[in-house]
Amino acid sequence: MQVSKEQILHIANLARLNLKEDEVEEYLKNLDEILNFANIINNAPTEDLGITIGSNEEKNVFRKDEVKIFEDRDALLENAPSKENNMFKVPKII
Amino acid sequence: MNITELTVHELQEKLKNKELTISEITKAYVDRINEKEKDVQAFVTTLTEEATKQSEEIEEKINSGEIKGEFAGIPIGIKDNMCTKGVKTTCSSKMLENFIAPYDATAVKKINEENIINLGKLNMDEFAMGGSTEHSYFHKTYNPWNLNKVPGGSSGGSAAAVAANMVPWALGSDTGGSIRQPASFCGVVGLKPTYGLVSRYGLVAFASSLDQIGPITKDVRDSAMLLNIITGHDEMDTTSANIEKKDYTKALKKDVKGMKIGVPKEFYGEGVQPEVEEKIKAALEEYKKLGAEIVEISLDVAEYSLATYYIIACAEASSNLGRFDGVRYTHRAKDYNGLWDLYKKSRSEAFGDEVKRRIILGTYVLSSGYYDAYYKKAQQVRTLVMNKFNEAFGKCDVIITPTSPTTAFDIGGKLNDPLSMYKADICTVSVNITGLPGISVPCGVDNDGMPIGMQIIGNRFEEEKILNAAYAYEQVEKFRENHKPTFKK
Repeated sequence: MQVSKEQILHIANLARLNLKEDEVEEYLKNLDEILNFANIINNAPTEDLGITIGSNEEKNVFRKDEVKIFEDRDALLENAPSKENNMFKVPKII
Repeated sequence: MNITELTVHELQEKLKNKELTISEITKAYVDRINEKEKDVQAFVTTLTEEATKQSEEIEEKINSGEIKGEFAGIPIGIKDNMCTKGVKTTCSSKMLENFIAPYDATAVKKINEENIINLGKLNMDEFAMGGSTEHSYFHKTYNPWNLNKVPGGSSGGSAAAVAANMVPWALGSDTGGSIRQPASFCGVVGLKPTYGLVSRYGLVAFASSLDQIGPITKDVRDSAMLLNIITGHDEMDTTSANIEKKDYTKALKKDVKGMKIGVPKEFYGEGVQPEVEEKIKAALEEYKKLGAEIVEISLDVAEYSLATYYIIACAEASSNLGRFDGVRYTHRAKDYNGLWDLYKKSRSEAFGDEVKRRIILGTYVLSSGYYDAYYKKAQQVRTLVMNKFNEAFGKCDVIITPTSPTTAFDIGGKLNDPLSMYKADICTVSVNITGLPGISVPCGVDNDGMPIGMQIIGNRFEEEKILNAAYAYEQVEKFRENHKPTFKK
């Protein structure tokens, strides 16, 4: 096993997911299999090669930093599970 | 005349010659959906009533001269991960079950500007993660060629709807093969354009450096026409290519004289279903007769590409899906204790199994201590794969491989074995890693009558070459004349 139970619970916490006991077992097994397969990239001859983050050549695309009003605020807020005074509502944090 | 069997260019011809009206076309499709949707289940949302109303309005406007347009009144289906203003966009997820986008995706906007009629939103694997459409929260989609088989995925609803004649053409999206593989499984044509050719604005992001929208159609001419509509530079997507718009139908020539077709030996042999290899070899013989030169090349990167793909795609997905927090996008858990608990409970109950698996894998490869070993290494391998393809295109114009090593598999066949499901993407993922264009065209059926797809890969922004190659072959293969879905159970 490459990944321990503690590790997967830590990862799930980082990803803001709760895992049930049977999910922990299943994902551990899956993760292990997938990582075992993925380890073949260690055989790839990548010495001196840079990284590629995207396949297109353009790097930075600039535009003016201007405030634009999104006209349909109501349609946007329509998707909020909870809202108040035209704002998304979340539980008290402080 | 069976209206729903016609391609879009055939429909256009009939409209032009006044043999058909727009409302007759829409009615034929609505009837067909009412007849076949119960067996195929390709849609998440059908818009048959809206479409009927819209067809009458468009017809009136055309008759009064208010609008013109070669595509006005032609119906379409749209994969349910592209935002459609006023109509649900669910990504086949419980998380977005009631989400109504406040704007149209750019590709959808371009469709609307042509007065094309949306017949509905098509089923998919949840958030486009999967190769069988079995990972939809709502229901599975069934392959029209055999209802016990999967239609492929993640654009399985799009491919099945086109194959079942419930829509004349559809939009899909492709992150690792999600247009080409279902097109292959359903005996239709699927094109993944060069990364950047079609705007991703309004496409719900899975892996932003790999995702691309493209056409799923009955034939290659329709593919070129739909590509004409959806391409174009878009300020709203910073990765959108700022290049001149082309008319891709001009590339549709019946011969391929002088074209060099690269055949990478590593994509054949072990793991490839014998009939798949046989039919593609037969297609290569046809290409020789059409004037092409076959060049054997080496692309020993298939397995590296697959591993790299799953690392990069899951890493990007884990970040992209962070926005689904129980605050902004419709779903929120009922009981929670504070903000963190709200996040966790909302996400845990509304994401499906496969989505959670990929978020966990993606978070793992990005986490402290593993970033260099997996994510950074995968990005280096991505450079390696791109270099290898660049070398290959020094020797040939296009590359031909199977689209998928096998034809459509049984429903449930790979559901409990994620790695085996991932490995089925071996032929398609390198095209996303490199950002190249690829098209899948039908090239025959296997011993059980299931369609086989041939993948033609081109160099960056050389869609014309793959469309030319696909079209020339299609004219001699005549797949649609010889094979039809049977809807057998």
